[in-house]
Amino acid sequence: MGKRRLPAALPAAAARSLPEAAGTLAAAKLIPAAAPALRQDYGSRRAPHSASRLGTPPASPLSPRPPAGRRAALGLVTLLSFASRFHRLPEPPHVCWDETHFGKMGSYYINRTFFFDVHPPLGKMLIGLAGYLSGYDGTFPFQKPGDRYEQHNYMGMRGFCAFLGSCLVPFAYLTVLELSKSLPAALLTAFILIFDTGCITLSQYILLDPILMFFLMGAVLSMVKCNSCADRPFSASWWLWLSLTGVNLAGAMGVKFVGLFVVLLVGLNTINDLWDLLGNLNLSLVTFGKHFLARVLCLILLPLTLYMAMFAVHFAVLNKSGPGDGFFSSAFQSQLIGNNLHNVSIPERESYLHKDLNNLWIIKKHDSDAADLSDSSSPVEFVRHGDIIRLEHKETSRNLHSHQHEAPLTRKHFQVTGYGINGTGDSNDFWRIEVVGRRAGRLIKVLRSKIRLTHVATGCILGSSGKTLPKWGWEQVEVTCTPYVKETPNSLWNFEDHINPKLPNISLDVLKPSFVEILLESHMVMIRGNSGLKPKDNEVTSKPWHWPINYQGLRFSGVNETDYRVYLLGNPVVWWLNLFTIGLYLLIAISTAVALKRGVQLTSEHKGELSRVVLCGGGQVALGWLLHYLPFFMMGRVLYFHHYFPAMLFSSMLTGITWDTLLKFFSQFLSPSTTARRVYEGGIVALILLIVYSFYLFHPLSYGMIGPMASDPSSPMAGLRWMDSWEF
Amino acid sequence: MLGFLKNPVVVTAEINLSLVALTVMGLMSRLWGLSYPRAVVFDEVYYGQFVSLYMKRIFFVDDSGPPLGHMLLALGGYLGGFDGNFLWNRIGAEYSMNVPVCSLRFLPALAGALCIPLAYQILVELHFSHCAALGAALLILLENSLITQSRFMLLESILIFFILLAVLSYLKFYNLQRHSSFSGRWCFWLLLTGVACSCAVGVKYMGLFTYMLLLAIAGLHFWHMLGDRTLSNVGAQLLGNMGLTRGLALLVIPVAMYLSFFYVHLALLYRSGPHDQIMTSAFQASLEGGLARITQGQPLEVAYGSQITLRNVLGKPMQCWLHSHTNTYPIRYENGRGSSHQQQVTCYPFKDVNNWWIVKDPGMQQLVVSNPPRPVRHGHIVQLVHGITTRYLNTHDVAAPLSPHSQEVSCYIDYNISMPAQNLWRVVKHNILHLKLFISACYLSHCSNSESLLFTFFFQWKILTLKNEDTEHKYSSSALDWITMDTNIAYWLHPTSGAQIHLLGNVCTWASANVAAVVYTCLSLWYLIRRRRKIYDIPEDAWQLWVSAGQICVGGWVVNYLPFFLMEKTLFLYHYLPALTFQILLIPIVLQHLSDHLCRSLLSKSMFSALVVAWFSSVCFAYRTFSPVTYGEPLSVAELKDLRWKDSWNILIRKQGR
Repeated sequence: MGKRRLPAALPAAAARSLPEAAGTLAAAKLIPAAAPALRQDYGSRRAPHSASRLGTPPASPLSPRPPAGRRAALGLVTLLSFASRFHRLPEPPHVCWDETHFGKMGSYYINRTFFFDVHPPLGKMLIGLAGYLSGYDGTFPFQKPGDRYEQHNYMGMRGFCAFLGSCLVPFAYLTVLELSKSLPAALLTAFILIFDTGCITLSQYILLDPILMFFLMGAVLSMVKCNSCADRPFSASWWLWLSLTGVNLAGAMGVKFVGLFVVLLVGLNTINDLWDLLGNLNLSLVTFGKHFLARVLCLILLPLTLYMAMFAVHFAVLNKSGPGDGFFSSAFQSQLIGNNLHNVSIPERESYLHKDLNNLWIIKKHDSDAADLSDSSSPVEFVRHGDIIRLEHKETSRNLHSHQHEAPLTRKHFQVTGYGINGTGDSNDFWRIEVVGRRAGRLIKVLRSKIRLTHVATGCILGSSGKTLPKWGWEQVEVTCTPYVKETPNSLWNFEDHINPKLPNISLDVLKPSFVEILLESHMVMIRGNSGLKPKDNEVTSKPWHWPINYQGLRFSGVNETDYRVYLLGNPVVWWLNLFTIGLYLLIAISTAVALKRGVQLTSEHKGELSRVVLCGGGQVALGWLLHYLPFFMMGRVLYFHHYFPAMLFSSMLTGITWDTLLKFFSQFLSPSTTARRVYEGGIVALILLIVYSFYLFHPLSYGMIGPMASDPSSPMAGLRWMDSWEF
Repeated sequence: MLGFLKNPVVVTAEINLSLVALTVMGLMSRLWGLSYPRAVVFDEVYYGQFVSLYMKRIFFVDDSGPPLGHMLLALGGYLGGFDGNFLWNRIGAEYSMNVPVCSLRFLPALAGALCIPLAYQILVELHFSHCAALGAALLILLENSLITQSRFMLLESILIFFILLAVLSYLKFYNLQRHSSFSGRWCFWLLLTGVACSCAVGVKYMGLFTYMLLLAIAGLHFWHMLGDRTLSNVGAQLLGNMGLTRGLALLVIPVAMYLSFFYVHLALLYRSGPHDQIMTSAFQASLEGGLARITQGQPLEVAYGSQITLRNVLGKPMQCWLHSHTNTYPIRYENGRGSSHQQQVTCYPFKDVNNWWIVKDPGMQQLVVSNPPRPVRHGHIVQLVHGITTRYLNTHDVAAPLSPHSQEVSCYIDYNISMPAQNLWRVVKHNILHLKLFISACYLSHCSNSESLLFTFFFQWKILTLKNEDTEHKYSSSALDWITMDTNIAYWLHPTSGAQIHLLGNVCTWASANVAAVVYTCLSLWYLIRRRRKIYDIPEDAWQLWVSAGQICVGGWVVNYLPFFLMEKTLFLYHYLPALTFQILLIPIVLQHLSDHLCRSLLSKSMFSALVVAWFSSVCFAYRTFSPVTYGEPLSVAELKDLRWKDSWNILIRKQGR
């Protein structure tokens, strides 16, 4: 198949293949004499005409083997990365920061207990799996940070996270290498990430972030690799990278919803890609259609299937009732082993979050009192949509009642009370029962029907305001009658317990929701949970603008002098370099773009190459940074410092590309080529040394400090508290 | 010299009669019976308060928006001789005789009426036919919701006016660009763009969306100019000038204008009023009355022995002063934590004798001011003595009542020696004001967490019921309801008859505007993809017209609509009106395009015209049908019921026999 299509696609492919076919061949012959010394590093992209002259077959079956230097560099970088992440991994042997959540959730998987979290399940499932494989038995309670692990085996889970965290560095290295075709740029990026204290700290604990970032960088790397396979579409490696992109996207989405940003990045890249293909008139529409379908298959259908599969596994594994039940609908809960839905239990009027006998109500017709269940002669009357009913509280025999007095907390709503004696009340006790989305006269079913209770006299709707009553109300949730006739989940109720001796009992299987329903429901619950994570009043929260300037870190472990303290804070030198570079990049990109737009005569091919690296490669990375950073300014939920780390990865890649380009560009004006080379290489080495030295200064942040705080001159960190907002 | 005498003085006037007719019709539709109803209608109750405050020159801050709109409304009141004496407390309250209803409502109505000729000219400047321009103007004219919103003391019509003015001026400027750069008219329209933008932003922050859109379009046009190789021989100088003038007119002037609105606002309002407290103490002291009465004549600098009150600078959630009283902290809190059982220190939101403290030098015993007074300086270490109880402000390693991570602050009682007094404070001044000191670090070395410590004792708020009460309103709606107009707002109801006024759009126009947007998007996508494959369905200049019209109209709709999906504030149907205006402008554009490029034969053209006429008469019909609730004409119950075209509309029907 691939062979037969090849001739048709050849012209376009030939043009595209140039940067790729590059490799070792081009370096020696094609670099202009002006800068012979530089050829090895950035000369590997070459001019189009030379390719056609040489007639190099554009689609060599295997990409050229990387030179030994590059392989050694990759090995070195990987080794350093693993060493830095695994160094002192078992320390401290107690629960740190959010390990209390994710470790606990990992344990839930091992115990198969149902729980609820605002993030999709993949990350926690993997943690659970790692724990399970390494022999952790799920018995450690992970109650609060600082709890000692004692004999429990936590190293499997930490090691798994550290492993994924270590992979980020080679991924970033390969991505930058692919984008810039320059070894120094890739090395610079790798060293930035290896020696960033923040990245190390974040990779060393049982957290979702290393897993998320692994998939995220995996997706970016596969995308970039796939782009450079564009000269031989539908080849094996092309398919491999394309589908790997899809797999990684599913992984990123499956760990946290933040993965959506990388989906956006890949989506934009794909649209751009397809747009280019569409504009290529050498491609027939059929070929274009194939391209389109391939992307739909690998980037939409494949991730979607994997994503759903994750949830299927999640629900299959967690089959025991547990702490997450209350977040889900009654119908869903009925499926969990050990759930008490078939026992006496209910949701209540005074939305009491636990189930008890006071939650039971008797449904009566509004105009008669005959609802004596023991009287077997009266026929069963079914409640239908639109009926007017009265609800009598079983324990106290008072009717559910509302009137035009303001409710205790929500003063714009009406108060709801129990009224009357032994079921005798007044017309304010009448409620119209309506099923959402039904017509009049339909029957109402337990659990599955969502109903709304409209107060007949005032037209208001029974709802729970979500506010907690003070002490006198036993801190239960306020119930009000809202005069604002709108569809909100607050005003929907369903029948949970239903006791009627005249009616046959059903088995719970009748209620079983389908997988799609469960999937949708769990997403609604997660979205609601996420937007419910609002900062409390007066709580000093982290703001997105704090992040790039490394304004304030997070305490992972320990507060006092005697504690073993770990503080999540980026290596300030690295972060400030990154921040500075973003400004620098903006400047360079704008001037390059204007120069190209004005058609300034480029004096050498290098300038053209550089601008392409800056605008295309750098642009992609810069876009990634923007997509992973800007949306946080619009989020209402609580934000934390570690939310910036995905953006920080992109920012580091941008730093590598920008400085490499800049040094290359300026060194080329130096006349003797040896000086040029020395300046260029010296610059890169100086930057790397600077980073390594700063890491030497700040490494206790990641690897733990004991002893006096930095404000004390006798502390090893004395003098390093460069910002007052750092708390170490 | 005197050359002009050689030629006769000639005035040639060209009057576009259709434009004049449209303007007159617009004025009639908006201004007719303006003083009816003579009662507070909907948000007039809100804006009216501010007009009254302007009339009385009392300082206020409206946190919902900048002051230009309020000032314009107040201008109407000023011209009508309003004295500001009206209690704006209830929608539907009758206006007393001293309220010049007509002149208060005149400016918004005028702005609403002028939108009609603006719409006409925008389409002309977009190079569409006069017929299309006429259509756009008529659609705006017959849009019930815009009429309703214009006829009362509300800001939307003024906002829409400035938005359309900004768009029109930019288009005029851009069209002049081709042949007469740097001419007088060119400069005028460029300048007017900036001014109109800043006015739009000054009326409501929503204007920012259109401003951003125009900036983006201007940036795009400039970018194309950069790439215009024919200009390259003219040189970078010209381009530089172009860029500079644009930057000046579209960035610098709007910002300056915007600031000047606030300047005028502050200059007008010089009396102390209800909103003083959210401002700094220094500002409050500059207002007539209020704090100035206290600060007047008091010493500027704080010295040892001074008696002071300390106000928390942040002022959130409310302003409060450092306070102490004889009560002590409970020995045990409810959660079982212990306290020092020392005298409570709190932050108290009212002025009170217990807010007074005396600054004392730790090295001296006496509290009196020495002669000459020794001023307290940045970095000095002081003790603070509570004036009434004569105890020292103290902190120690005991957890604070609500924030266990911070230290407790108390007034030290020396009845047991077990706890050493830690009552030395370092004064760190951020700025020196008459009454205000900012104590932000305690002296003792163990006290590391100084910032949050401060927050702790300044934020002893146990009850916070102020929150979010306003997010629900009977007529609030979600952004999604707006496209289909699933919601309305009842503005006013006659106390006895069935006459009522609703914010309710012209159903026909809203539906057509949605169709137009969909058609535009689909056609554009189709053209775009076909052009990519080098298939050109329409001539290049028609394509350029189509694109530039879309940039303005679809762009305007998008930027004025989509951001509401991200907003968490209470939303109302009237927020959609600016977006709707842009969407309406799109209808004639799409119609003309369809007739020009898709109706090839004469027959289809005339059929299309017939359809358009039929459609337009249905727009007129809808206008006529809903005009009673637009103008508040009395209606019977049956007629009201007939008007309830959608179940979700809230038409107020009085119960019979009451």
